[in-house]
Amino acid sequence: MDGLILQILNGLDKGSAYALIALGLTLIFGTLGVVNFAHGALFMIGAFCAVTISKILNISYEVIDPNQTDFLGNPLKVKTPYVESWFGPEMGASIIDWSVPLAILLTIPVMMLIGLIMERGLIKHFYNREHADQILVTFGLAIVLQEIIKYYFGANPIQTPPPEALQGVANVGAAIGMDLPYPIWRIVYFCFSLGIIGAVFAFLQFTTFGMVVRAGMADRETVGLLGINIDRRFTIMFAIAAAVAGLAGVMYAPINPPNYHMGMDFLVLSFVVVVVGGMGSLPGAVLAGFMLGILESFASTTWATTTLPGINQIIIYLVAIIVLLTRPRGLMGRKGVMEE
Amino acid sequence: MSKSNFTRRGVLKTGAVAGAGLALPTIFTAQSGHAFTNDPTGGTVTLGFNVPQTGAYADEGADELRAYKLAVEHLNGEGDGGMLNTFTSKELQGNGILGKKVEYVTGDTQTKSDAARASAKSMIEKDGAVMITGGSSSGVAIAVQGLCQEAGVIFMAGLTHSNDTTGKDRKANGFRHFFNGYMSGAALAPVLKNIYGDDRKAYHLTADYTWGWTQQESIAAATEALGWETVNNVLTPLASTDFSSYIAPVLNSGADVLVLNHYGGNMVNSLTNAVQFGLREKVVNGKDFEIVVPLYSRLMAKGAGANVKGIHGSTNWHWSLQDEGSKAFVKSFGTKYGFPPSQAAHTCYVQTLLYADAVTRAGSFAPCAVVEALEGFEFDGLGNGKTLYRAEDHQCFKDVLVVRGKENPTSEFDLLEVVEVTPAAQVTYAPDHAMFGGADASLGECNNGA
Repeated sequence: MDGLILQILNGLDKGSAYALIALGLTLIFGTLGVVNFAHGALFMIGAFCAVTISKILNISYEVIDPNQTDFLGNPLKVKTPYVESWFGPEMGASIIDWSVPLAILLTIPVMMLIGLIMERGLIKHFYNREHADQILVTFGLAIVLQEIIKYYFGANPIQTPPPEALQGVANVGAAIGMDLPYPIWRIVYFCFSLGIIGAVFAFLQFTTFGMVVRAGMADRETVGLLGINIDRRFTIMFAIAAAVAGLAGVMYAPINPPNYHMGMDFLVLSFVVVVVGGMGSLPGAVLAGFMLGILESFASTTWATTTLPGINQIIIYLVAIIVLLTRPRGLMGRKGVMEE
Repeated sequence: MSKSNFTRRGVLKTGAVAGAGLALPTIFTAQSGHAFTNDPTGGTVTLGFNVPQTGAYADEGADELRAYKLAVEHLNGEGDGGMLNTFTSKELQGNGILGKKVEYVTGDTQTKSDAARASAKSMIEKDGAVMITGGSSSGVAIAVQGLCQEAGVIFMAGLTHSNDTTGKDRKANGFRHFFNGYMSGAALAPVLKNIYGDDRKAYHLTADYTWGWTQQESIAAATEALGWETVNNVLTPLASTDFSSYIAPVLNSGADVLVLNHYGGNMVNSLTNAVQFGLREKVVNGKDFEIVVPLYSRLMAKGAGANVKGIHGSTNWHWSLQDEGSKAFVKSFGTKYGFPPSQAAHTCYVQTLLYADAVTRAGSFAPCAVVEALEGFEFDGLGNGKTLYRAEDHQCFKDVLVVRGKENPTSEFDLLEVVEVTPAAQVTYAPDHAMFGGADASLGECNNGA
């Protein structure tokens, strides 16, 4: 029973990342009609925002310690972060310790800016082209972005730990008398994802801007005829979708150390999530994200892999096939989306 | 009435096409006037460095390439000579190999067998490489070794730790300096027993490919022989990024040791996940829960950060060793690049020197002459103490290092500390050992290619 609940928690955690990426993909597809294969790269850039902030906060000055030697036998250059000398050792260490949450402040404007540049500089030129062209150009862009990151940060994963206060495990089953140790940061990530998903839905549901966007998603032409600059709003939605992917990435950095390829690892699965949820359906993307996350988690258990070897690698695609055979528009897909 | 379809022009065309077709695969056929593939006739000789320049092991590949460039410098008489000064064989004089200046070409394995074979083939066929070396994966090493055997060039393996490379997939033209899974188990198990006791239950997570399988088999056999029980072995896909689903079952498995048969990004993520789930704080069966990473590298330890502290594993070489060879190599490499070399860099540098030395002793670049010179060759001064290149399987036998993640590192490079230097005799096995293909395993005949 304990193992079952732990796998559900793992699934919810994985599903959080899938749901956030799929949410952004669906926002872009629903508004601009573009299949954005660079969305995984945006997730990866978000994670590297955390790495960047951590590196910035760790910029140090060197003092030569004659009592210690480096690997070549020369006097050791001891590094002290400027932050520690400016704010004192304790305060400085605390600031560095909280670098990942602090990175959120940087991630939002940076990702929105990257989203705007991507949309205005490249993707808008492909609005009236075939989906295949859009996929090729955005996939190419994803490769360029990941190679840039690899050039500056290297190919190895970079450890980006959470604040010390949020490390370790919490017993999530204490209230029901069970022993269910679960990493605190993963609980934070799940709650954070729910918060972001809620904020995006609230933004679309309860603001005038969101109402216009929803109207534009339903009938772009009519909204345009009413004198509303729907293109500008859709561009902003692209930037918001980029920020959502970035936020998913920045908070994911302590879960698995970021590397330049992490976006690609999530991209394909997130597309499956979008298709299973229903192209253009925001609630569908979220539902499918959590559902497939949990299924993938269960398929990786020893029992499942022993019973059906390899099931952990195909479960998501298997479910996608079954869903598409029974519900061709996905779980919550609407008629007319991506249909002639 | 019969009508012939043959015309003079047709026959000429067919003949020309057939002739061109037969002449194309030159690497597998005779080169007129040469006794072996890519016989260097001018004043230079070309070596092919086939390393991962893209993909997950690109950083390791970059370090290998740095080491190769340093080796070429030293062979050509530039720089401080590095380990040429400490190598017990004194054949190399810094005037290239057999008087020919050493040049090199590079290929990108991408850590994919097909890409690695394609780049090796290109270096042999187009660039005239007489020897191929490098790589950071056993799958790649085995694939490229097979190609070199067919092409008739020498393959000096880079970082490859699977038993199969010099086991069931051994080849006459292939040589491995790096240690293997069996040696890791033989070195590590006694140390683990001393530290953690002989009544332990181990749970293995294993990368699902040749290296993972053979390492798991080796570690399980070595620890079981000392009294440990293996409660489970779960194969994880190589493409896995999040191991939480695999870690969670460990909590309720009754195991008190987790063995991570993972390397590179897999190891960094699985160890990070294991620490996140609080395994290191757990007490199971009245004992502290422990994690073991049988194959360590400094580059991986850097990726795993503070999570490696106190965790045991094994390694082929470490920059902190104080023998003259290691010190000379660290000084050369560190002065040139500003940081100490990795174990991948060390094995690649050493392999280049060993090849050059074998050619010099043989007096020929002919692969079969080089094979003869390397087989049974004993040497010292290259950082691992006395070493033997065993004739039966072309595997180097030398001391193995058991290391532990350092609790209080003094620099970003100071991540591992050597716990024990396991003598070569303790990690030596029979050439027909069951884990290495048994009695059926054979090197085959060496191939000169021409």
